[in-house]
Amino acid sequence: MSDIRLSLAEIVGEDYVSNREEEAYFYARDPGLMPAHKPDYVIVPKTTEEIQKIVRLANKDKIPIVPMGAGMALTGLIIPLKGGIVIDMKRMNKILEVNEKARYVIVEGGTSHGVLKAYLEKNYPRLRHSIPDAPATATIAANVMIHGQGRLTQQYGFNSDMVTGLEIVLPSGEICKIGSCSISKEWFSKGAPLPDLSGLFLGWFGATGIITKVALKLYPRKKMRDVEIFVTDRDDLVPDIVYELTHTEMAEDIVIFSQPKPLIFKDNHHVTIFITGDTDEELEFKRKMIWDAVDKFIKTKDGGFMWVQPAMKPTLLEMPQRSVSRFADVKKGGGFEYSGPIILVEKYPECSRKVEELSSKYDLGYSGMARIIGRGHCMMYGFAFTFNRADPDMMDRVRKALHEVSDYVLEIGGVFWKATVDEQRLAIERMDPNTRNLMKMIKNNLDPQGIMNPGNWEVN
Amino acid sequence: MKYEEIVHRCFRCGYCKFTSDYTDFNCPSYRKFFFESYAPGGRMWLIRAWLNDEIKNSDRLQEILFSCATCANCVEHCVFTFSDDLVNIFIAAREEMVNEGIIPPPVRDYLKNINISGNPYKEPAEERGKWADGTAIQLYDDQEYLFYIGCVGSYDERAKKIARAVGNILVQAGVPIGILGNRELCDGNEVRTLGEMGLFQYLAEQNTSLFKELGIKKIITLDPHAFNAFKKDYPGLEEKIEIYHYTQILAPLIQSKKIPLKEYKATITYHDPCYLGRHNGEYEASRTILASIPGVELIEMDQNRENAFCCGGGGGNFFTDILGGGNDSPNRIRARQALNTGAQIIAVACPQCAKMLDDAVKIEELDDKLEVLDVAEIVTRALA
Repeated sequence: MSDIRLSLAEIVGEDYVSNREEEAYFYARDPGLMPAHKPDYVIVPKTTEEIQKIVRLANKDKIPIVPMGAGMALTGLIIPLKGGIVIDMKRMNKILEVNEKARYVIVEGGTSHGVLKAYLEKNYPRLRHSIPDAPATATIAANVMIHGQGRLTQQYGFNSDMVTGLEIVLPSGEICKIGSCSISKEWFSKGAPLPDLSGLFLGWFGATGIITKVALKLYPRKKMRDVEIFVTDRDDLVPDIVYELTHTEMAEDIVIFSQPKPLIFKDNHHVTIFITGDTDEELEFKRKMIWDAVDKFIKTKDGGFMWVQPAMKPTLLEMPQRSVSRFADVKKGGGFEYSGPIILVEKYPECSRKVEELSSKYDLGYSGMARIIGRGHCMMYGFAFTFNRADPDMMDRVRKALHEVSDYVLEIGGVFWKATVDEQRLAIERMDPNTRNLMKMIKNNLDPQGIMNPGNWEVN
Repeated sequence: MKYEEIVHRCFRCGYCKFTSDYTDFNCPSYRKFFFESYAPGGRMWLIRAWLNDEIKNSDRLQEILFSCATCANCVEHCVFTFSDDLVNIFIAAREEMVNEGIIPPPVRDYLKNINISGNPYKEPAEERGKWADGTAIQLYDDQEYLFYIGCVGSYDERAKKIARAVGNILVQAGVPIGILGNRELCDGNEVRTLGEMGLFQYLAEQNTSLFKELGIKKIITLDPHAFNAFKKDYPGLEEKIEIYHYTQILAPLIQSKKIPLKEYKATITYHDPCYLGRHNGEYEASRTILASIPGVELIEMDQNRENAFCCGGGGGNFFTDILGGGNDSPNRIRARQALNTGAQIIAVACPQCAKMLDDAVKIEELDDKLEVLDVAEIVTRALA
């Protein structure tokens, strides 16, 4: 094995490869609750060429490879289930090109959302991208790889829908360009009008290749941004409220949260609507449209707009919301985990009741959060439970609650988002056999030796 | 271990690594090593693993812990309620290692040298006040202020020039100062950050006792590290003695033109020392001085004030060099950040930063483009 370490050191330099116990410990786990598995090596490459060499070496010796961004999925997708090499991508963090008029950016595969946000604000203040509420370290490539969502998801779909091109290092070590960039020097489309090959990689969690460059759509950044919160205690009305709101096409983002604490939030559903505008007139017009859209629920006294305290606004408006991470320390224990199935908005009431039921059953702190995807085409519903890392029993109760969520999601027609290995197995079992066979053909053709993030999407 | 009840609470979300606007990673050891294990979150998880006996004290774990520059970027940007204790936690873990007696050789040597010679350079105490030879700076004899120099300003050739510059300006401005000369003792800031709490306590007691014996009421420090130790880590000292960094004395004197300055044309970028800035909230004094010099154009680096990138010398790394070396050593990164502003001069207000950045400018071969000067050295050039 030390020969492999030496070979890896020849590729990236002695300082950027480790087989030491400290890195093995850290990279064996993510912040969630999945069991740890140690890597044999951790490597931090700087270039696509270095990744090609690593992959070729791994292929020759049949060593598993796990690409890693910030490791914030929480569902264990970067845990090296079969050991091997974890490739920490974050040293590949350059912003390569912004095409201002065509509104897209090309970044290296380890570039974080935070860095892109800061770069655009400084250099292209009229452009923005869809920032997820994952911590700012979350990488763009990993986020699209797991079909993440962000601030512009209500308008434009999953963040992966905003990809306009990919550079992939295939399991063979070859570089493959996906989209318009395979023919042209421009990166404006990931597929159309060509066959869209991005699906061979997006959603595969690195099991078919490593993203070394991503091009991403950018969108107009308005000068002003504000937030309104419509509150109702009737969960059954939330889908109708969302339907009316999305019909206006006025909202930037719509998220709904319910949580037991502080007590003023208990038993209510907070439909949080973000609006943007370049002028006061634009902002007020959108606000009025939104108010009018839900007026009927106000008239029947089923809901109303709450006064958003000035102290609360910065927390709600910041991107990413740091308060999401703070949820981890509600129990003074540094942990939370959530299952976030993609599901119809009409299932909101059931999901909301389920998260409360599980919280009560397992005596857990919880938060329920839905983010609307597209114009209400579906939503991500987050069943989130906080836990104390120093309390193994509480951690076990969270695992059991989330296990129940997995079964429940399939029962009510949902699809797992960033599925754990167990959820991937459930999904594969339930999948249409022909779809499963197609996945098998793709996996076996692209990665015949099964070295890419093995354990994930094990269709064989 | 102190703070043991906190270490499990890190979510390792990574906000601690960034600047507040996410422009770049701002943790010096993470920037150099680029493994998560060298970031604050990595340290928290590894300290917990070590305490739980899941990993052992090794040379690697020592490097991970002792490469922390204690710059407090993590304290500034961590989103959790325990953020104020992050650096303290890392120091507490170092203290455990010191108590175990298993520490990196350069750390051991530094602590031994302080213990035996009273300074890290193994120089005799009699040499301590030699930097002031040939100046009008007097030994302390009931002057209003004690001018406290510290080990670096007393013994390091580059830093001695800064000590002289500051001392001369204060004397010229009529500020009544005196120095302790060979009676001065190490302030112990780095002894504390390297985890030798017994030795630090001894130094704090000796210094406090000496200050009391001499009836000292006000101290001006050359070095932000001493400023920090006296203000924050000497029990009860700040209630008895007014403690200033020299820039805090010069700023009002220059602003009120009690120190008249002539034109000095230069484009300058200011590097915030961590122990003046993030640790003690003093961001403006140096800027006030520089902005008051006619002809000076002050340009900020992207990473300034609470987002300043550390030179990599803090937490004892100035002496141990665990964080040094290579293209991505923090001082070289900082020199490149300064170069990007187009400034001709990097202004510093800390002898350790001066030395770190001087070295970086030389290694980066930027000598013809960038000059590293202490604020006092710039003021000296502009004295009327």
